[in-house]
Amino acid sequence: MSAQNEHPNKYDVIVVGGGHNGLVAAGYLAKAGRSVLVLEKRDLVGGAAVTEEFYPGFKFSSLADGAGHLLSEVVTDLNLSQHGFQILPTDPLILSLLPDGNHLAIWHDVNRTIQEITKFSSVDAHAYPKFIEWMYKISRIVAEMNRMTPPDLPEVGLRDLKGLFSFISPVRGLGWKHITQVVRILPMSIADLLNEWFQSDIVKGAIAASAVNNISSGPQESNGTAYNFLYNWSGSNTGLFRSSGQVKGGMGALTQALAKSAISLGADILTNTEVIRINIQDGKATGVTLANGEQILAKTVISAADMRTTFLKLVDPYYLEPKFVRNVNYLKYHGTMARVHFALGRLPIFWGLNGGSEQLIKGHVQIAPTVTYIQQAYDPVKYGAYSKQPYLDIQIPTLTDSSIAPEGKHIMSVTVKYLPYKLSQGNWDELRDTIAKFVINILSDYAPDFGQCVQNYNVITPLDLEKVYNLPEGNPVHGEMTLNQFMWMRPIPGYAQYRAPIDGLYLCSAATHPGGGVTGINGRNASRQILEDLK
Amino acid sequence: MNSLTKNYDAIIIGGGHNGLTAAAYLAKAGRRVLVLEQRHLVGGAAVTEEIYPGFKYTVYSYVVSLLPPRIIQELQLPKHGLHVMPLEGAFTPMEDGNYIASYSDEDDTLAEIRRHSKRDADIFPVFNIMMYDLARAVKPILTMIPPDPANPGLEGLRTLRDLGGHLKSLGKEKFHWLTKIMTMSAYDFLREWFETDVLIATQAQIGVIGTFLGPKSPGTAYVLLHYYMGELDGASSTWGSQRGGTGGVSEAIAGAARSFGAEILCNAPVKQVIIKNGQAIGIALENGDEIVGKTIVSGCDPKVTFRTLVDEKELPSDLVDAIDKFKYRGSSGKVNLALDGLPTFPAMKDKALIRGMQEICPSVDYLERAYDDAKYGGFSKRPFMGCIIPSTVDPTMAPPGKHVMSIFVQYASYDMPAHGDRDQQREAFGNAVIDSLVEFAPNIKNLILHKQVITPWDIEQTVGITEGNISHGELMLDQLFFMRPIPGWAKYRTPVRNYYQCGSGTHPGGGITGTPGRMAAAEILKDGN
Amino acid sequence: MRLTPFHARTSELCDVYNWSLWCNWLLADMYAPDHIQEYFAIRTACAVFDVSPIPKYHIHGPDAVRFLNRIVTQDVLHCAVGQVLYTPWCDDDGKIMDDGILARLDGQSFRLTAGDPWLYWLEDNSVGLDVVIEDVTELGVLALQGPNSRHLLKTLTDTDLDQLRYFHILKTELAGIPVEVSRTGYTGDLGYEIWVEPPQAVQLWDVLLEAGEAYQLIPFGDYALEMARIEAGLLLADVDFYSSKKVVYEFEKSSPLELGLGWSVKLDKEHFIGQKALQQEHARVPSWGTMGLEVDLNSLEAIYAGFGMPLYLPHEAWNEAVPVYSGGHQIGKATSGMWSPILKKYIAIARLKPQFTRPGTHVDMEVTIDAQHKLAQTTVVKMPFFDPARKKSLGQE
Repeated sequence: MSAQNEHPNKYDVIVVGGGHNGLVAAGYLAKAGRSVLVLEKRDLVGGAAVTEEFYPGFKFSSLADGAGHLLSEVVTDLNLSQHGFQILPTDPLILSLLPDGNHLAIWHDVNRTIQEITKFSSVDAHAYPKFIEWMYKISRIVAEMNRMTPPDLPEVGLRDLKGLFSFISPVRGLGWKHITQVVRILPMSIADLLNEWFQSDIVKGAIAASAVNNISSGPQESNGTAYNFLYNWSGSNTGLFRSSGQVKGGMGALTQALAKSAISLGADILTNTEVIRINIQDGKATGVTLANGEQILAKTVISAADMRTTFLKLVDPYYLEPKFVRNVNYLKYHGTMARVHFALGRLPIFWGLNGGSEQLIKGHVQIAPTVTYIQQAYDPVKYGAYSKQPYLDIQIPTLTDSSIAPEGKHIMSVTVKYLPYKLSQGNWDELRDTIAKFVINILSDYAPDFGQCVQNYNVITPLDLEKVYNLPEGNPVHGEMTLNQFMWMRPIPGYAQYRAPIDGLYLCSAATHPGGGVTGINGRNASRQILEDLK
Repeated sequence: MNSLTKNYDAIIIGGGHNGLTAAAYLAKAGRRVLVLEQRHLVGGAAVTEEIYPGFKYTVYSYVVSLLPPRIIQELQLPKHGLHVMPLEGAFTPMEDGNYIASYSDEDDTLAEIRRHSKRDADIFPVFNIMMYDLARAVKPILTMIPPDPANPGLEGLRTLRDLGGHLKSLGKEKFHWLTKIMTMSAYDFLREWFETDVLIATQAQIGVIGTFLGPKSPGTAYVLLHYYMGELDGASSTWGSQRGGTGGVSEAIAGAARSFGAEILCNAPVKQVIIKNGQAIGIALENGDEIVGKTIVSGCDPKVTFRTLVDEKELPSDLVDAIDKFKYRGSSGKVNLALDGLPTFPAMKDKALIRGMQEICPSVDYLERAYDDAKYGGFSKRPFMGCIIPSTVDPTMAPPGKHVMSIFVQYASYDMPAHGDRDQQREAFGNAVIDSLVEFAPNIKNLILHKQVITPWDIEQTVGITEGNISHGELMLDQLFFMRPIPGWAKYRTPVRNYYQCGSGTHPGGGITGTPGRMAAAEILKDGN
Repeated sequence: MRLTPFHARTSELCDVYNWSLWCNWLLADMYAPDHIQEYFAIRTACAVFDVSPIPKYHIHGPDAVRFLNRIVTQDVLHCAVGQVLYTPWCDDDGKIMDDGILARLDGQSFRLTAGDPWLYWLEDNSVGLDVVIEDVTELGVLALQGPNSRHLLKTLTDTDLDQLRYFHILKTELAGIPVEVSRTGYTGDLGYEIWVEPPQAVQLWDVLLEAGEAYQLIPFGDYALEMARIEAGLLLADVDFYSSKKVVYEFEKSSPLELGLGWSVKLDKEHFIGQKALQQEHARVPSWGTMGLEVDLNSLEAIYAGFGMPLYLPHEAWNEAVPVYSGGHQIGKATSGMWSPILKKYIAIARLKPQFTRPGTHVDMEVTIDAQHKLAQTTVVKMPFFDPARKKSLGQE
């Protein structure tokens, strides 16, 4: 970032951590006329939403991919288009590859998808549009919930009630008596939910995979995966359960745009600047201490870091109540994903796809043929092991954006689930090549020439997520997206209003409501709360 | 049988303990009541039978708890033979030859835990108080008549207001614990308290009983709390066994019902409820007889209540749809053994524990693997088992020197693996149980005189409960309170006038509690029926 | 059930087989048929009590001071090496969890005792701090109490015990056995507690008892201790108050301010658990005060006379709470009491509404005879009831 060596030692607001939520918060606060400083430990801002050139000429979206969940208000309020942010559309949303060479594509166009589903089950083809209509409406409730500051239950204020009414309105169309259906669905598992609608294992598998993104457990037993499914849907830019499109130039282009926007609004951003303490005096935040010993003052400090880092490292836990520390200590992180990036000399040929294959693989390509497959990919994680048949979510962004690789070459980025952060045997640093090899093996089943296409690969293990990207236990969303960590319980019960238990200290990371994903909502909600408190 | 009165105020379909409880309360209120049971004996899933001469098996269920003193007193059950003896603690052998035990005396339990972890011993009493406190917080919710939030009515609104007030009165910390326990897995929840794996396993097993979930599946922490709820009703903090077998509890309730004037007819399977103009007016038996009744009450599970006993055209389509989605997932089987002598557990240092419960759940992973084994169909190769040997305290159960062992086994799924037949599967299941038991009690194999193996499918075939789930449907968050059995019809009524439901498929759910039966009877009387 | 390192000796001496359990450790209630003899030994000669079951934690490391300062209500920052503090500790809501004594063994090393075991609480609250917490409950401890205790101890060591001040601790050897000696106790008299590693415990007992013969030393049990501690105005957990973590209902909890322990709560120190709640409580006057009661014997005698009985006095301590009234309204409860043989007074410890805590106030305590409730007149007094100068004074100045 614009390395500003000269900076004042006093700001209205200091943002600790330059992930996308930190940058969004900084942008909004700067726009409201506050002097803002963002401090990032790495040499680039963006957190989990960065583009990195692991091999010359190949620009990878290291962790997050696809910006389809970014709140549209954030794009307009912060003028991101002016700062180079552009989404390139993709279709289909999903291509689910099957071991027998067959495949199922989910398109933007519901009718086109119905035709696809008919290949597998005419009953399901019939159910699909009803499912979409019904769940879309419910996802609107979740979308409304996402934008509100959660109530501090069981205390419910007048403002909360207003909020509640506003988010009930989208389902009025469903008929008042269906409200209870919403309550019923939230704690369900995605497998149970889909069983109520569909018969074909293949259709269920293709849809269920979207429910375990950002969540660490399997689709069958994890109550709350239905909620996560709706959560992912609530922010989706397609009106469907999976978003689409990719950021031109890779995910880093989004956070770069956010940074530029914040700077244009007057914020300062320092990279390579590690905060080691959030300073507290008489129970109030007073600023931060940097690794080099320098102190910078601010009456308001926002932590965009996860809870454990914020409260057990940056804040002296001495000042916190035992029950709060206990809650921080027992937050569930449970990261279970890895990323494998391939630099490809040429595009592999997927044997099941007849002509037009390039079009079919522009979106998310899933190796998750059935719900049971995904569940079995998870089962070993419980015992600290991993399945050799993981669920793979694959993107080949170069098909849509040729600017990110040398001409004629391609990039393939694969999210691999599930890999436990805590291994019962071995350690991740030694398993990098093993992971890459079995991903190559699996992909070779679907694209026999895949091995020959690979020029280079880069593996980001759950441990790398922690060590390189500062994501404890390798969880990119700073804490599991389960029902016991949602709404008024996110990040910590009693502290869901973006305020830390220390005056002047605020939270805006994915650990806060509504949760993970590149949505910008956390940063936006937090800045709104701060501006209200500063009034 | 021929002396049947032709005209009843209430006909109860199914002589399980909830049906009998409803019958007793209705009869006590002066109604003419008839109970119809398809089998030759009452009790449903709570029966005792002498399958092997001289040995009494509590065939489908095993321990007694949760029966509230209020029901015991109101129905004068001890007068009719209720005689429950508390179990002498619980014993859990570990795979390394060590063990952990719990006793009714807290100091003894703490001393046991201290052998494994000082920290856990220190925190255990605090944990117990917190669970007791949470159970206390949930208790009033369980006895509220569940409102239908979509269409609450004045009374429902009042209940919702009371509920809101109640939750507020808990204060934040307790409310937060409550929301956590409703949504977490038993393992995650317990891990916030304890570090000893085997201690967590012994607690977590309580959270998986009656569900098809593992200790690491969210939702199981609530089931754990459900158990603590039993403690609130006075002293029954331990589980017990009924003298002469669990069937004695059903017999006692039946005795009470008869004493109030109810008639009970066995070997009388009901074919369907007779409905005229949307109103239930009687029932038709399988043999073609029809009996007229002003009120018909089903003690059966929701699928039988709505889909078997009633014609689909009498019901709104969304109800039919919702009932079809109702999850049963029977997960437990039973193995009953007649033994030539007492089995020996080498790990058991305190020999008195043979009179308690022997819980085969040596570690959290053991439980979780048992679940993983069975969740795609079939049964656990090394299952979780809860064993009691009631003949160690109750001479009526077996001949002198001989014993009966009652083994509750989880997981056995209702679904079979793609290949294999029922008989083979039952045999293999029984063998897996014995082989797993032999790991911890090596001499048991030589003591077996007779073995009865029961899978969920067998329970469905004999007792008639769908998918063999003795709780009449999983106790999961989406099937509780105002959603049990389904949203909109959680108040013991049905869309058919004068047709009611009172089984464990209604609020507050399974266990030998009698509460659904009691609450259904109260609602029926409130309607003036 | 666990046995203390002195059990081999105490079990030989406990002629009456009168035992009870403390944290599941076996503890003698009395050794001889009459516990009053044991009581008088504490007040007139010296007596020894096996206090080993008391939970003990060795807390050390660079952050030990900060850690303890956060946990307990006393000011640990200003606790000198060799000093011992009595201190309560509280939960987030300022309700008392337990109390104990905290000894600073050296700059970064402390020993904390407690009424109940609290390893999890200490561990949970050490998150982020560089401190080691060890449960050292197995350590043997003997309480040597009474006017003769100093004379006796001095025969076993060269260390100048005359200069060991009240609530201080030092390392020494008794007849060659390495021990720590603290001038502490639960009797309100001159006395010491001797801390010894378990392997040397029996040996210590033997040398002490042998040397003690010249000083009228006898062992004493829980009954005599109970009497001594009431006279000393020292509260007992599970009797005069309950740990907030071990009860369910709010009314069962109490704050150190309500218990008259305000002197041990340093409200203005940097930060400690429960500080905010206690500061607020301090500002608005606590709901209760804890005081002593002296029963008017004439009034009590008159009640017994009404039953045709002579005056009866409790020669054993009682600890079942009874209501206290004023003008017919209940204004508190007495939680433990007894006839003090040395003061010749019937005394009780009571929790009272604040307007009744002024010394000299007359209130009525319930007395039950033949299941009939009667009211005996009492006078509110300050505690301790018994406070001899020798408790704190130095030896031969």
